[in-house]
Amino acid sequence: MIRLNNRNCEWNEGLTVTELLKIKKYTFSQIIVSVNGKFIHNYEYPYTTILDGDDVKVIHLMAGG
Amino acid sequence: MNIEKLRSEHKVLNKYRYDLGVIDKGYNNRTLYINVGNNDIMEKSVTQFMKDKFIGGKGFGLYYLWNAVTPLTKWNDPENEIIISSGPIGGITQYPGSGKSLVVSLSPLTNIPIDSNVGGYFGPYLKFAGFDAIELQGKADKDVIIIIDGNKGTISIEEAPNEAIDSHILGEQLTEMYAENEEEKRNIAVVSSGTAAQHTSIGLLNFTFYDVRRKNIRLKQAGRGGIGTVFRDKHIKALVLKYVGVKGDLNHPGDQNKVNKTGIKMHKEIHDLDKLQNGMNQIGTANIIEVMDQYDLLPTHNYKFGSHKDTYKIASNVFKAKVTQNTPDGCWYGCSLGCAKGVDDFVLTTGPYKGNKVIVDGPEYENAAGLGANCGIFDADAILELNFYCDTYAIDTISFGTLTAFVMECYENGILNKDRTGGLELTFGNKDAVFELIHQMSRGEGFGKIAGMGVHKMKKYFAKEYGGDPDFLFDIGMEQKGLEFSEYMPKESLAQQGGFGLTNKGPQHDEAWLIFMDMVNNQIPSFEDKAEALHYYPMFRTWFGLNGLCKLPWNDIVPANNGCTDEPAKVPEHVQNYVDIFNAVTGKNIDKKELLIQSERVYNFQRIFNIRMGYGRRKNDKIPYRAMGPVTVEEYESRVERYDNQLKELLNFDVEGKSVDEKIKVTRKYREEQYEKLIDAVYKRRGWTMDGIPKIEKLQEIGMDLPELLEVIKEYQ
Repeated sequence: MIRLNNRNCEWNEGLTVTELLKIKKYTFSQIIVSVNGKFIHNYEYPYTTILDGDDVKVIHLMAGG
Repeated sequence: MNIEKLRSEHKVLNKYRYDLGVIDKGYNNRTLYINVGNNDIMEKSVTQFMKDKFIGGKGFGLYYLWNAVTPLTKWNDPENEIIISSGPIGGITQYPGSGKSLVVSLSPLTNIPIDSNVGGYFGPYLKFAGFDAIELQGKADKDVIIIIDGNKGTISIEEAPNEAIDSHILGEQLTEMYAENEEEKRNIAVVSSGTAAQHTSIGLLNFTFYDVRRKNIRLKQAGRGGIGTVFRDKHIKALVLKYVGVKGDLNHPGDQNKVNKTGIKMHKEIHDLDKLQNGMNQIGTANIIEVMDQYDLLPTHNYKFGSHKDTYKIASNVFKAKVTQNTPDGCWYGCSLGCAKGVDDFVLTTGPYKGNKVIVDGPEYENAAGLGANCGIFDADAILELNFYCDTYAIDTISFGTLTAFVMECYENGILNKDRTGGLELTFGNKDAVFELIHQMSRGEGFGKIAGMGVHKMKKYFAKEYGGDPDFLFDIGMEQKGLEFSEYMPKESLAQQGGFGLTNKGPQHDEAWLIFMDMVNNQIPSFEDKAEALHYYPMFRTWFGLNGLCKLPWNDIVPANNGCTDEPAKVPEHVQNYVDIFNAVTGKNIDKKELLIQSERVYNFQRIFNIRMGYGRRKNDKIPYRAMGPVTVEEYESRVERYDNQLKELLNFDVEGKSVDEKIKVTRKYREEQYEKLIDAVYKRRGWTMDGIPKIEKLQEIGMDLPELLEVIKEYQ
């Protein structure tokens, strides 16, 4: 189990940031990702592995209406 | 069209000459009052008190309206006013989005003040002509137009019997009539309404700007709240303003250099980053259609659902291919965000203009969502045609979309049928029936007249005339305070429920748009966090309407390093830009804190205005249950996993063996209680009583303990 935006989220071995975004259908492009407080650049998403218990933030900068 | 003949048929009712002035640090210090009932025209002074407490724009509008009406005034009484005002920053050309005006009136939908923002050239030109605001009061006997020449210093009220009423024609007629030549057409700004505004409560005002590349007028809308209906009820056909000589320094700012530098920085940001961020220049606000669908937030079938398998047919790439690219589509000079997109040479397939090639101004996101997904119409051309007719007939696309979606659900449930709709089979997705509905609104006949009353009155009508269950109608009718909800699904975001329900004017998202911050990012988990957001954002966003500014450049484009700031949702660098520009124009020295207090003064004034009119209490902040949770079995089952998990995790409720109706009941009780707790937290944060009345100490804190306000609230303390 990991924490995603302060909520419990299912985890599996080998989960990358890219895969997490796909599972959660986080398709919006203006996002800021951090894992345990460390900012992750978008080119690092495919190579950043998320570990069990990690604290992940995916903050959407959606301006809306 | 024979323009000379139309002009020759005018009858001048009054003509007035005034001395041209010079704007001093954003203010003319003068406003214009016109009464179309007795044809009085007069100038009024702007006092220091007005500037200190109300700033301009919506602030001036509310101030003038308060003084014009009594608690018993109705929207169609002669003493109701329409006030148009820009604001001290309005009309600068250096910073994007600086051409907005705010229009204020008593709304036919809500009977409380409505404020509606709009682009186009009228607001800045009015300012350059010499006036910080225009008040329109009274009722004419016959249709009149008001013509202001901002270079000659003349104003005339003229009967205008034969010009068109629909805006795409009237705007062209009047632009042609008052421009000496093609070159001069850019110097004409027209405010007009349309035929459907006369027969419904959802009429809007169109503000033109002349598109020199297209050689045609474009239309921007003061859409919400039915102000166009008030305009036509006063028998005003149009306002025309001519101003020659737009320059970048007409506001005579205190520090032009600072205005220039801040603008240049912003233009560079837009140039470098817009294409990487939201692509406003390419597609405008429609860029979020498919995003909302992907996050289950696109209002679909009267807000029952948040997505649909056919959304791809109306996604932003579809509209992007239709709108003309590489044109400077800003609705005021200097706006490099340029999001006022248009579809050229669109051939209409229905109605009185069938076969004509027209420019469709849009679509905005709201149009695609409201006219499209919410009504089950996944047809881009149908959306564009409805967009066009809403604009030229002058009815609010948001209200039209939401009320039509409501009608469709009533039809689906047997509350309406073909007998009751005069033969219109208003089922979800039936675009032909919706086309006929809008044309009936224009003609003032048939079911169009009933639908044009708006959701609030339709609920009562359907209960009384057709035996509709009033509780069900209340639950599914997405209006609050009488105004239809705008096109976002608040069901899964308690903060956005507050963002809609705890507004002054009704559920328009211009006060707060918190869905992602709350539902997706989970950045405001506690009631106090939500209350803080529901204090900050409405206060911050109110400020745009005091100053003549568009909200979009604030956060529809952000600096490259915005993500690294402490509060990226606030876009702190842009907030500082606004502080810098305000100080540079006005010569004042505010900071971010004072910016918010400026808004708090006007915000609390508007709340007390609502109370004065008999509303503005906690009971008026109630929202329909469709805005909070699933009303029907179908809705619950469409998100069964989400709702069942919530019952288990939040309430420790065992869903095994429970019927959907039982689960809906438990969910409803929980969510309604959550909303009440949210209200408590927000009122506390805003300095209001638990009945939603601003406390006297709050007014003292912000310097708004004016005798007339204390008079209204003292009995409720």
